[in-house]
Amino acid sequence: MKKFVLAVLLLLAPGLSGAAGPQGDLMSARVNVNDNASLQRGANLFVNYCMSCHSAEFMRFGRVAQDLGLSEDLVEKYLIFTDAQIGDTMLNAMDPELSEGWFGAAPPDLSLTARVRSADWIYTFLNSFYRDEESAVGVNNLIFSDLSMPHPLWELQGMPEPVYEEVQVGDEARLEIVGTRVEEGSGLMTEAEYRQATQDLTNFMVYISEPIRAERERLGVRVILFLLVFLFVAYLLKKEYWKDVH
Amino acid sequence: MYGSYQKPRELVWIFGMLIYVLLMAEAFMGYLLPWGQMSYWGAQVIISLFGAVPFVGEDLALWIRGDYNISEVTLTRFFALHVIALPLVLVFLVIFHIMALHEVGSNNPDGIDIKKYKDENGVPLDGVAFHPYMTVKDLVAVIIFLIFFAAVVFFMPTFFGLFIESPNFEPANPLVTPDLIHPVWYFGAYYAILRAIPSIAGSSFPGVAVMGLAIVMLFLLPWLDRGKVRSIRYRGLSFKIALILFAIAFVMLTFLGMQAATPLYTALSQIGTVIYFGYFIFLWVYTYFGLEKTKPVPERVTK
Repeated sequence: MKKFVLAVLLLLAPGLSGAAGPQGDLMSARVNVNDNASLQRGANLFVNYCMSCHSAEFMRFGRVAQDLGLSEDLVEKYLIFTDAQIGDTMLNAMDPELSEGWFGAAPPDLSLTARVRSADWIYTFLNSFYRDEESAVGVNNLIFSDLSMPHPLWELQGMPEPVYEEVQVGDEARLEIVGTRVEEGSGLMTEAEYRQATQDLTNFMVYISEPIRAERERLGVRVILFLLVFLFVAYLLKKEYWKDVH
Repeated sequence: MYGSYQKPRELVWIFGMLIYVLLMAEAFMGYLLPWGQMSYWGAQVIISLFGAVPFVGEDLALWIRGDYNISEVTLTRFFALHVIALPLVLVFLVIFHIMALHEVGSNNPDGIDIKKYKDENGVPLDGVAFHPYMTVKDLVAVIIFLIFFAAVVFFMPTFFGLFIESPNFEPANPLVTPDLIHPVWYFGAYYAILRAIPSIAGSSFPGVAVMGLAIVMLFLLPWLDRGKVRSIRYRGLSFKIALILFAIAFVMLTFLGMQAATPLYTALSQIGTVIYFGYFIFLWVYTYFGLEKTKPVPERVTK
């Protein structure tokens, strides 16, 4: 058993470091899919910013309304910008063929991104943009270099400037980007507010990657409680029967 | 461990092994069904193994896939096999397994024959009926298993990426290969054995053959072990050490099968493979030539 636990731990190690990539550790997103207020703010950000280009083709507006405790009227009024109905999947108005011409690749669907990349990755990604004049879209990202998407939330965050530091590589000293810095007041949000907003957005993306998650965790507690009671009864039954054997 | 495969329970063992092999096929075919990246490429790797069989290999792989590549044809037939054909065969095998067991009765931790001492009605003195004694005991075990099972299903369905790998949330794409294709954890050991064998003359068939042999060895276990004593309680020290080494090697191979093949890992896989097969060879030599020093076995079941 100990060996198995060790093997599991060893298995995890490369996965974790692999996800972090060469640019260092990921930030912790601390998602909570039971936090409805956070999910609602995240939904708002998602449809306003992400869904200009991306879609969530496995998710329906109606399901979001139901799970997040929003009325369908509210969702129709504030979250649907296309002529989509409440029961439609969350697609956008952009033609994938055109966007492929504009960006070099069609923006990927975001339904399952949280499960492919992990919540921490998304959170770190959203906090790792920096200005890069050499890039075609004017920005670059610390954990996803040379990406072909602009910084969608720059208006909120302000444009982050790269922070350089001299790093010793072998014999030579090189300038490397170690982080980003945003000038105070250049965005609509303060730094803390932006952190909170990206956390909400990450939370929402975790939710759409597995809408049933909150429900299954609630259900799981009941199932295991039942099994524990059943185990107690079955154990007594076994004892009763085996009494005359020993 | 308790020698339950030994005479007279060879048939029970063979049916058990057939169920194991069939479950492997069932699991493998089921794994293609989500049609994610790891599903697709895992199936690609495993089916191409059949292509390594000399002479008929390519045709065999083509026959399994039903296409020159993994395609919808493969998907639909795997679905049919997974949900209907294999489960049906499994049900029959379980019936045969229990019928064979009914004939010889269960083993016991002492590994002794309880049919030597019977009461006046011909019922073994040391035996208990399968129902209700074994069934209520198994019920407890089943519930304990279900608690762990439910914990995984409800609270960690991907088990930290071990049971459902994150690349599998990307739809299958024949044009993009994932960074690391590895089998699901329960196939890790066999995959490690496969990779441990270097290809000869450009053919990977030796590896495939040795991997197949690894399973065939388990089938042969009742005839490889010629020991007179069943239970580990009364067997020789060398047997105990060999069994522990075998278990360690199997766990190690399982781990290695899920890692990228670095020179160190390949060397470790080769050591593990040698221990795996070494166990069976040792067991035969040890028991066939009567080298084992066993302890006296009691006549009646101990408490």
